[in-house]
Amino acid sequence: MPSLKDLKNRINSVKSTRKITKAMQMVAAAKLKRAQEAASASRPYAQRMSAVVANLAGSMGEGAGGPKLLSGTGKDATHLVVVMTAERGLCGGFNSYVVKEARRVIRELITGGKTVKILTVGKKGREQLKREYAELFIGHVDLSDVRGNDYTDAGIGLGSEITQRFEDGEFDVATLVYSQFKNVLTQVPTAQQLIPAKAPEDAETIDLQGAIYQYEPSQEEILETLLPRYINTQIISAMLESGAGEQASRMSAMDNATRNAGEMIDDLSLQYNRARQAQITKELIEIISGAEAL
Amino acid sequence: MAEKLHFSLVSPAKELFSGEVDHVIAPGTEGEFGVLVNHAPFMSTLKNGVVRVLEGDRTTMRLFVRGGFADVTPAGLTILAEEAVDLASVNVADVDAELEEAKTKLLSEGKDSPHHGALQAHVDYLSDLKAAVVH
Repeated sequence: MPSLKDLKNRINSVKSTRKITKAMQMVAAAKLKRAQEAASASRPYAQRMSAVVANLAGSMGEGAGGPKLLSGTGKDATHLVVVMTAERGLCGGFNSYVVKEARRVIRELITGGKTVKILTVGKKGREQLKREYAELFIGHVDLSDVRGNDYTDAGIGLGSEITQRFEDGEFDVATLVYSQFKNVLTQVPTAQQLIPAKAPEDAETIDLQGAIYQYEPSQEEILETLLPRYINTQIISAMLESGAGEQASRMSAMDNATRNAGEMIDDLSLQYNRARQAQITKELIEIISGAEAL
Repeated sequence: MAEKLHFSLVSPAKELFSGEVDHVIAPGTEGEFGVLVNHAPFMSTLKNGVVRVLEGDRTTMRLFVRGGFADVTPAGLTILAEEAVDLASVNVADVDAELEEAKTKLLSEGKDSPHHGALQAHVDYLSDLKAAVVH
């Protein structure tokens, strides 16, 4: 049976924990709002970009050559897995889910006899994957400098690094594992192929009504400038979604923590009151029996 | 006026314009081109320059774009710009200040810096923007 003082201390400590989690929840809620706004502001661009790529790729036809970024190297031996997680913890299962999905992808590739290289974005994913796959790491991108949901520079940096590595022949296929933001309660860890570039299947295709596209300059040149940007755009929107997901996940995790702390305080207070009552009764008995003995 | 052209201009940061217009003139890399309704499917890369939106003969909006793509389909014209601003909201003094800052940064970084290319592009963009605003 813990003493009254111990209980009092426990209650106070849980109370201050609750204050912290409550504050974190509110901060996350405010950040989430901004992150969601940023993500939805960038969506039209990403959608149109996909539509344009889908159009172009569609008119290029299958296996008609074209830039390597679209058609691939023709091999499927070395895979690059880009794992995108948060910089900070305390956001529920957010990072673990992404890492779990990444592990599944990596394991599948290794069992399939492929060479795997890993590039991580965000500290948490690196920490978790480093234990198992330290020898496969080829790089890490830190996002802790990013302020105010402006991932443009970071995204373009990472995009050009990946494109450069691809052109140097370091890998044949690149897959991005990140957390897709469905809504505040659900974030879905997703594996998405970056290179060779694939237009999303649900991209709106445009009916040309039998007309033929004209290109200025040539179709190849447009594709060559468009594809690296398409890859950058995909990375940036993944970063934005991941950022929004992190805040959403932290918000609900901290909401739960606050609620749990509240319940714990109630339980402890009950215990404390019982113990206090018991002690008073005990003291009374002692006094009364002492008086009777006289 | 009968049919109108659906025009939208998006940059990674936001959608700057989306609506029905008469005529859009865009700065293609191979020369300026105008798009009216029912234009044939056409795609072009863009250089830094001004996109003009016309209603009848009157220019209603001037937007400065930094590179990107124009995609004309039967559904309308879409411009995907790397960066875009409405010239009506740009202040010459601000651009000047930013340009000076970018130039100093470019000089201090030196030619071998990995950021040199990006900084140079930024300076070019700002000087083009300034020219467009003053014009």
